Amino acid sequence: MISLQDVHKAFGAKEILRGLDLDVAKGESCVIIGGSGSGKSVALKCVLGLITPDRGTIMVDGEDITKTGDRDAFLARFGMLFQGAALFDSLPVWQNVAFRLLRGSLKRPRAEAKEIAIEKLRRVGMGPDVADLFPAELSGGMQKRVGLARAIAADPEIIFFDEPTSGLDPIMAGVINELIREIVVEMGATAVTITHDMTSVRAIADKVAMLHRGKIRWHGPVADMDRADDPYLRQFITGSPNGPIETLR
Amino acid sequence: MSVITRPLAALGAGVLSTLATVGRVALFALAAFRHILTPPFYGREFLHALMHVGYLSLPVVGLTAVFTGGALALQIYAGGARFSAEQVVPQIVALGVVRELGPVMVGLMMAARVTSSIAAEIATMKVTEQIDALVTLSTNPMKYLTAPRVFAGLVTVPLLVAVGDAIGVFGGWFVSVQSLGFNPAVYLKNTVDFLETPDIVSSLVKGAAFGVIATLMGCYFGMHSGRGAQGVGQATKSSVVAAAVLILAANFLLTQAFFAT
Repeated sequence: MISLQDVHKAFGAKEILRGLDLDVAKGESCVIIGGSGSGKSVALKCVLGLITPDRGTIMVDGEDITKTGDRDAFLARFGMLFQGAALFDSLPVWQNVAFRLLRGSLKRPRAEAKEIAIEKLRRVGMGPDVADLFPAELSGGMQKRVGLARAIAADPEIIFFDEPTSGLDPIMAGVINELIREIVVEMGATAVTITHDMTSVRAIADKVAMLHRGKIRWHGPVADMDRADDPYLRQFITGSPNGPIETLR
Repeated sequence: MSVITRPLAALGAGVLSTLATVGRVALFALAAFRHILTPPFYGREFLHALMHVGYLSLPVVGLTAVFTGGALALQIYAGGARFSAEQVVPQIVALGVVRELGPVMVGLMMAARVTSSIAAEIATMKVTEQIDALVTLSTNPMKYLTAPRVFAGLVTVPLLVAVGDAIGVFGGWFVSVQSLGFNPAVYLKNTVDFLETPDIVSSLVKGAAFGVIATLMGCYFGMHSGRGAQGVGQATKSSVVAAAVLILAANFLLTQAFFAT
């Protein structure tokens, strides 16, 4: 469904992606792991067209994303949960969730959009009482849930999760992981998650891909991850400061 | 040789960088106007911008205008007294406020109040990935954030200038009547008789130009901010400086266009 071939991206002299190849099948939950600065977020942003790659091909359902005619329709297939939730401060929670349903090609009547937003909030474990609050009135965990509700509001085929558990306590992180897994299975969506959190990897992934220095270092089913003998992957899983991945001390 | 070429290279780099920024701002302005004129239109965002840029700026515009008009009356009276020309206070206050001080004061207040808040808001949205989120939600940030604000500046700032002019003239009238012994009715008659249509038109045109500059600079520097708190601070500072300088430069050019013989 999503295919990246030989994708390169540099910012000035700094090369971030150096020939990234990755395939994610329809309905699959792929988790991309890797150290900070390895290019995980840049890869996702390239697929969404937020960043233009310098070289390489990105296909979604066999269609080159740079040749997509109707960008609105293309983006309507995606939902994204941002690392910091990226909720719009000036809008109440329900308008954040129903943002796509209040404008553009998916526009619905305001009352219907609010109803859908409240239903999606309920799906992520939040009551209708939060619908009229503003994002600044919510805790970090609640903001993530609202971000998740926004990502699924228009029933997208593909959902991206950028560090879904960063900054959360372990219990809230577990709740978010469980929600993501449930929602992806329930919706039959294709999911790509980027994370450092190995608990998330085990909870969410069908398939794992490890990114190192802008290329896929290892990929395979999550069940094979612990048996793999790749030294880079082993160091990342165990969190050891000693190994082939350079660390600053 | 390098002692000679190095400063020249630095100068050249500075000039090129400035020209590149001018080009980027010009393209940004063109894109903003294209989005103002083409659908979809975001009515709620526009109404929100009207409130923020226009209505909520009224107190600061009123206060600066009334004090400026009052101070101008005192200065003209004191200066006129040297030539026994104290009676020209109503005419010069009207001319000074309507042609110059009203629009310029409102423009600079817009740079301080509106440009800074737009730049800080949009820069924060950029830093916290809200701009990226807009794109993923099939919404063009130029259309959603920039177009309503620039259009609101174009529409509301001339009205603010009109209000500022009226309050500025009132400030001069109040001081002249209370402290300088002018007859209230005669003062007003002299003011109304002296002002001509081009004076008022130039004031409103300046207001429209300053409104566009103030909002456009806020949006441009917000959209192009660097990372983190420092990036937001830098964007805010640059936007206010650029808006203030451009407003004063535009004021000179418009004054020349309207009144140079």
